[in-house]
Amino acid sequence: MSQTVDAKQLLRKTAFYLLVAVIVVFSVFPFYYAILTSFKSGSELFVVDYWPTSVQWGNYLSVFKGTAFGENILNSVMVSSAVVLVSLMLGLTAAFALARIDFRGRGLMLIAILSVSMFPQVAVLSGLFEVIRGLGLYNNLLGLVLAYLIFTLPFTVWVLTTFMKQMPKEVEEAAILDGASNLTIIFRVFLPMMWPALVTTGLLAFIAAWNEFLFALTFTLTDAQRTVPVAVALISGSSQHELPWGVIMAASVIVTVPLVALVLVFQRRIVSGLTAGAVKG
Amino acid sequence: MSQSSRQRQRARSAWLFLAPMICTLLLVAGWPLLRTIWFSFTDASLTDLNAAEFIGWGNYLYKEDGEWYGLLADAVWWKSVWNTLTFTLISVSVELVLGMIVALALNVNFAGRGLVRAAVLIPWAIPTIVSAKMWSWMLHDQFGILNDMLMGIGLISAPLAWTADADLSMVAVIMVDVWKTTPFMALLMLAALQMLPKDCYEAAKVDGIHPVRVFFRVTLPLIMPAVLVAVVFRALDALRIFDLIYVLTSNSEDTMSMSVFARQQLVDFQDVGYGSAASTALFLVIALLTLAYLYLGRKYMRVGD
Repeated sequence: MSQTVDAKQLLRKTAFYLLVAVIVVFSVFPFYYAILTSFKSGSELFVVDYWPTSVQWGNYLSVFKGTAFGENILNSVMVSSAVVLVSLMLGLTAAFALARIDFRGRGLMLIAILSVSMFPQVAVLSGLFEVIRGLGLYNNLLGLVLAYLIFTLPFTVWVLTTFMKQMPKEVEEAAILDGASNLTIIFRVFLPMMWPALVTTGLLAFIAAWNEFLFALTFTLTDAQRTVPVAVALISGSSQHELPWGVIMAASVIVTVPLVALVLVFQRRIVSGLTAGAVKG
Repeated sequence: MSQSSRQRQRARSAWLFLAPMICTLLLVAGWPLLRTIWFSFTDASLTDLNAAEFIGWGNYLYKEDGEWYGLLADAVWWKSVWNTLTFTLISVSVELVLGMIVALALNVNFAGRGLVRAAVLIPWAIPTIVSAKMWSWMLHDQFGILNDMLMGIGLISAPLAWTADADLSMVAVIMVDVWKTTPFMALLMLAALQMLPKDCYEAAKVDGIHPVRVFFRVTLPLIMPAVLVAVVFRALDALRIFDLIYVLTSNSEDTMSMSVFARQQLVDFQDVGYGSAASTALFLVIALLTLAYLYLGRKYMRVGD
């Protein structure tokens, strides 16, 4: 009797670990295969391999040689960082008002912000194009910073409001009794306590800005002003049928490695941020 | 200072704190949206937006010599609507089922769970463009690893043209989207699973109730609100899909989504009037669904407080 129970349990355990293995392989395999491809060159590319056969850095050199890819990376870093800074600054003060002050129209305001975060980007494309051209920011990284606020700002306000609601009331009351102004409360009392929330929100906004494609494709014109997703999408060979897959995969790996590293380091925070953005509301 | 005047002062300062955020959103979202809707009633062209002239409903629908013209009479647009809806329905359903399985697996306490959760996050972190490129290589008709695998296990006898074949390209798009966004679904549901009370599970175990029954009778009803939120977020996201389709199958009509159609009119054909009409139509679809979601959310889940 106990032996059949053991056998049943063993079978169940094996099945479970098999499922986990399938989940892991399914998640990681495309990235693994991209790395594998990026180290191949010439005719090796056209032989399907499941394990590394040779390691050649040629594709990684070609990505940078004679292209603006280095500049593209710098562009992405600058645009994403600027978007994060502006969103956090504007988001923090807005979240304070939304989370800690009871005023008329607060519920409506929250709903309006949530609605903006659901805007299809293409619905503002022509209007935003006009604004950006009117401000003289077409083919300019500042134009992208402005455009990206449409999705990072509502998200930042929403998540920071959720986090700020959880701050203890006593601290705020003590500060008010000491005669602190609202600005003092935000920057001297809450800011030091909100670091984890700010890092989480900033990280998610950074990833969203880094990955954005539609605005970056439409609002920039020259190679030197492009961000990395657009640069990767536009890598082409001498003809439609001769795409340099090795180089494309090398570029893909370069763009992705920093993100994967960030995600692995901050995975707990990212999960809490994602759920604060969606479920808790 | 009296209690109520202090309250009033705080309420006033609230608007002061919100002002920078509101002004920015009006500049990047409110005003551009109004302009896009306005352009949809004009014959605007990208080369000179200022020369736009009001033409009424012409971009949407008009009759000339007994023939209907405009967006609502455009077979390609209707095809893009159909593609978008099919894509949304199928991909979100598949992601829901797979996400639930992943979430249930990650909810079990086992050695290395942290590592597995990290691995699951990787597809979510990879830029959509990059995942589209990685997959177009894997789906390559001649040298792709997917064809190699399928032929290796004898499922197909000749390589398939995944991204070019009219019948297969939507399958390919859905497959990549499922790979990319199942983790998001799984994490949202995992968060809900981890907030469940433990005691009723122990009671069920003592009573010897079958785990499948427990799942449908206890777990599912309890995490339903979180599941609904995840589905709505994903569905709204899927309806505006652009990047993946643009890169994986370019401008093919077989997979063209409403966003791809609108951008093609706006930028490639420089027809801002017509493209804006297509954008406005997509905005209306999403706005209606958002309103329905907010209404239901207020009623059942207290979204927005």
